[in-house]
Amino acid sequence: MEPTTPDRHEHPHTRRLPVTEEHGHEHGPSLDPAHAHAHADVWLSDVSAGYGQRVALEHVSLAVEPGSLLAVVGPNGAGKSTLLKLMAGLARPWTGRIEILGNPPGREARRVAYVPQAELVDWAFPVTVEDVVTMGRFPRLGPIRRPGADDRRAVEHALEQVGMAHHLRTQIGRLSGGQRRRVFLARALAAEPDLFLLDEPVTGIDPTTQELLMDLLEQQAQRGKTVVATTHDLACAAQRFQQVLAVNRTVVAYGPSNIVLDADVLSRAYGGHLLVIEGRTVVLDDAHHHDDAAPGERHFHEREGDHH
Amino acid sequence: MHLLLDPLSYQFFLRALVASAMVGTVCAIVGTYVVLRGVAFIGDAIAHAGFPGIVIAYLLGWPLYIGATGAAVATALAIGVVTRRAGIRQDTAIGVLFAGTFAFGVFLFSGIKGYVADLFSFLFGNVLAISTADLIALTILGLGVIVVVALLWKELLYATFDPLGAAASGIRVDRLELLFLTLVAITIVVSLQAVGIILVVAMLVTPAATAQLVTVRFTRLMITAAAIGVASAILGLYISFWLDVASGATIVLVQTAWFVVTLVLGPRGLVARRRGRVSGDGAPDADDVPAGVVGVPG
Repeated sequence: MEPTTPDRHEHPHTRRLPVTEEHGHEHGPSLDPAHAHAHADVWLSDVSAGYGQRVALEHVSLAVEPGSLLAVVGPNGAGKSTLLKLMAGLARPWTGRIEILGNPPGREARRVAYVPQAELVDWAFPVTVEDVVTMGRFPRLGPIRRPGADDRRAVEHALEQVGMAHHLRTQIGRLSGGQRRRVFLARALAAEPDLFLLDEPVTGIDPTTQELLMDLLEQQAQRGKTVVATTHDLACAAQRFQQVLAVNRTVVAYGPSNIVLDADVLSRAYGGHLLVIEGRTVVLDDAHHHDDAAPGERHFHEREGDHH
Repeated sequence: MHLLLDPLSYQFFLRALVASAMVGTVCAIVGTYVVLRGVAFIGDAIAHAGFPGIVIAYLLGWPLYIGATGAAVATALAIGVVTRRAGIRQDTAIGVLFAGTFAFGVFLFSGIKGYVADLFSFLFGNVLAISTADLIALTILGLGVIVVVALLWKELLYATFDPLGAAASGIRVDRLELLFLTLVAITIVVSLQAVGIILVVAMLVTPAATAQLVTVRFTRLMITAAAIGVASAILGLYISFWLDVASGATIVLVQTAWFVVTLVLGPRGLVARRRGRVSGDGAPDADDVPAGVVGVPG
């Protein structure tokens, strides 16, 4: 497979939107459910899910069209990460139906790239930048086959795109927070997926890196790829994402970012944890940058001073 | 020179040498994943769970390896299933299983009239007593484990490093987990004759832990661990022969010595740290130094 050609393995009937539907997302998913379903890369119908007895999400319905750049916002514990895991096939819904790229979650896994929160990665693990990005190529290789020249090219290209080509041999624990996010985005790019599922890709990184990552995601969306990213950064969601999904156990609002991100909607999404001062919105419960660990997950918190 | 060559004229020593080298290699390779996953405790539990299997096989007159393999694999899979449907904490579940199965083995063992040297050697290992048939069985099982890892190393690596990312991209992480536990179980069975139930966890963990002190690349880590495993097994076997002491314990002591020396004198060792020259100075491999970043499970 050719790593660099963008639209190579697209399915013409689902990937390319007819021009007349350019503004289709403005009327939201509820107007014509059958139409939305047929054209969605990500489709959820009345989905509820949780861990053990704890409910994380209830009655979530959603249709995300190909080429969308969607931010998922909401307070801690609102179910953002759970929603992403449902889409990635990592968690099963209690009730409701999910289709990803036209199939049940997991069926099209090789066309999906999922990037977990930074806290879920063991940064002391003995792998280099090159090793991590090469993992993005493993699923398409299948068992037995070793990465070849094509894979090396794809890895190098992905690392060039994120500006990390000169860090090939660096152990990942020696990277700064921003560099680490770049490497994981490079892994996703190297997989050449049709759907990106990114858990907090721009949390806690410098503005330059944030701009770079968002430029790359925008490019992917323009090529017809679908990007779904959770974020705590409302400013980033407003400025850089076309669409925003506000969740708080259920969908609070879904639509173009300028409409969703108004004070009224946000106060419903964030409950009492939102403060609006002279038109500027401040989220108060944001001290902790990720959701609680799901059962069976290991979170890795580093000691002070480990970041460079 | 005579010290090295003389033992080789004994058939039993040659058999023991081949067995030790095989055990050292297989343990180090599987142990690399064990260390990176932080599941040394599971290895210890599987080893102890093999004991009742061995005793039952002895009582029934079956080959002891069959009993050990059956019990170890069954326990490994039970751990896999219990872990997934976690109603209780994993380490608690393993602790209960570990002690319970071993106690059952001791219970049966203590009921046997008279002294049973065969069974006793499974507790502490006696590689010098290995028979040709056992050596063949051990070699086949060991090579089987190496072949499986050679075919699936990258899937195992991805699933170990980032289970969520791997599962989302279509790698069957759940099946790999059961396969991995089965590999650990077989590795332990292969090692029982050499080092015994009580010390086998050291064979799994110590070479990879030592290798982790000198390299940060996965493939190099595994190769270094295997080299340490083989070298320690051979050296330990010679020392035990010269001094006429227990082979399993000697091999483990040699590995432990490697680890301590590397910890103190290695590139990221305590001495290097004190001198303050922890990272390289612009050499091409400057990045190949462990970050010393310790992930703390939260």
